[in-house]
Amino acid sequence: MTGLEITGLTLELNGRRILDGVDVSAPAGQVTGLAGESGSGKTMTGLAVMGLQPAGSKVGGTVSYDDGEVQVADLLSLRPGALNRMRARRIAMVFQDPSSSLQPMLSIGAQLTDHVRHHLGLSRQAARTRAVELLERVQVPSPEAALKRYPHQFSGGQLQRIAFAIAIACEPKVLIADEPTTALDVTVQAGVLRLLRGLTDDLGLAVLLVTHDLGVMSAVADTVAVMRHGVVVEHGSRYQVIREPRTEYARELVESLPHTPPPGTGEPE
Amino acid sequence: MTARLQVEAATVTYRQPGRGVLTAVDGVDLRVEPGEVVGLVGESGCGKSTLARAACGLEPLAGGRILLDGEPVQRLGLRAREVRLRRIQMVFQNPYASLNPRRRVGAQIEDGRRVAAGAPAPVGELLESVGLDAAAASRYPHEFSGGQRQRVAIARAMATRPDLLIGDEPIASLDASLQARVAALMRRVALENGASLLFISHDLAVVRAIADRIAVMQSGRIVEQGPAEQVWAAPQHPYTRRLLAAIPVADGLGRLPAV
Repeated sequence: MTGLEITGLTLELNGRRILDGVDVSAPAGQVTGLAGESGSGKTMTGLAVMGLQPAGSKVGGTVSYDDGEVQVADLLSLRPGALNRMRARRIAMVFQDPSSSLQPMLSIGAQLTDHVRHHLGLSRQAARTRAVELLERVQVPSPEAALKRYPHQFSGGQLQRIAFAIAIACEPKVLIADEPTTALDVTVQAGVLRLLRGLTDDLGLAVLLVTHDLGVMSAVADTVAVMRHGVVVEHGSRYQVIREPRTEYARELVESLPHTPPPGTGEPE
Repeated sequence: MTARLQVEAATVTYRQPGRGVLTAVDGVDLRVEPGEVVGLVGESGCGKSTLARAACGLEPLAGGRILLDGEPVQRLGLRAREVRLRRIQMVFQNPYASLNPRRRVGAQIEDGRRVAAGAPAPVGELLESVGLDAAAASRYPHEFSGGQRQRVAIARAMATRPDLLIGDEPIASLDASLQARVAALMRRVALENGASLLFISHDLAVVRAIADRIAVMQSGRIVEQGPAEQVWAAPQHPYTRRLLAAIPVADGLGRLPAV
């Protein structure tokens, strides 16, 4: 299978076990959702895959990567240099709050071309052309002008689109998205979800989507893994997990949702 | 009956150097009855926070008036706030900025108790009412998580025994899975203490779960208001419909919400 395969991932921090053997696979061309309450370890799973776990934590288990061209048996055992080449080039990440994940002092153009020039070895001009294409791909209006502007000059939704553009700039095969729409208004969120789905389908990305929002899961995820206390308690198709949860905990999670009938239809609760 | 908070044709404008005047709140009418929870929703930039700030005298009005129990809310100047206006309390968006980092939370809650009308509950009880340990009083804000800090901010606001609690996006900066819990907590604490709650948020799903009435704001105007269930189930205004259609529904069908 091409994509990402996480097996028995553990993470210990200050003697506390945060991840207790996470098994989840994220195949190419699919959005794999990681759901769970705060503190269940879903964000930490995403960070550990990227090698971004907090300093002083002990990580165990394996994360294998395969995109058809490059196979890595275990990302966790890579040396820093090799891991760095994998990041951005093969695996990228998008964070919750674009106003803090982007550098406020650098123009969008700089943030969108710097890593491209470093990783792909493109010239300044070629990187610029690529940046414009990317901004068009994520539907940021007037991309040429946008390159010269700074993060504070954009709305949250536009910034998150730019963060996606930065993430896919080096044509990664795996994208880890940690609550990418949580900081956005619902109408803006709808657009970003469409973008995420479109990128997954067009680029054949393996997406690991971390979100607490089962509505968001239901809209874009192909499969949903429910996490609790650092383990995956249930993993199945989105329909199965949301409509016919097999474990008690997944059922509770779905039932704890503020019951949402399709708005505007006047359906009784 | 006089409303607890009555906003009549309130208008707030900002002068923007070189770009004319921005009307952030444009002739808004809104009532909050005693013991009522009103949710005010709208997208970022629609003026809902400005309205909240105006309601407690932090923004000057360019027109209209705002009444608390029938008496006007004056703009807060350099002088101390009038005693009767201390019955309005606000919980701000960012608990990292609204609490003083250099003072123990117990002392900050004590400040609220000192200006309370009547006999306020002891600090320990206040902390327990928001789900924290009474012993938390001797700790500093940095020792708490975002959700816990917001609970401290709620306890501090309740210490004054307010009649009207205003939450200005109190859940927006919290870890996503805590948002609904803190919102429900605010409703419970406000009503238990006989206060009304004006709850401002961009998250219609959360507001619907805790509010009795919902007002929807767009570009400085309230475009629709009514009982929560009615606004949710039978929205009248196209903007409300659009907001609702954009909420992803957890039905497992993989439907992308409308843009």
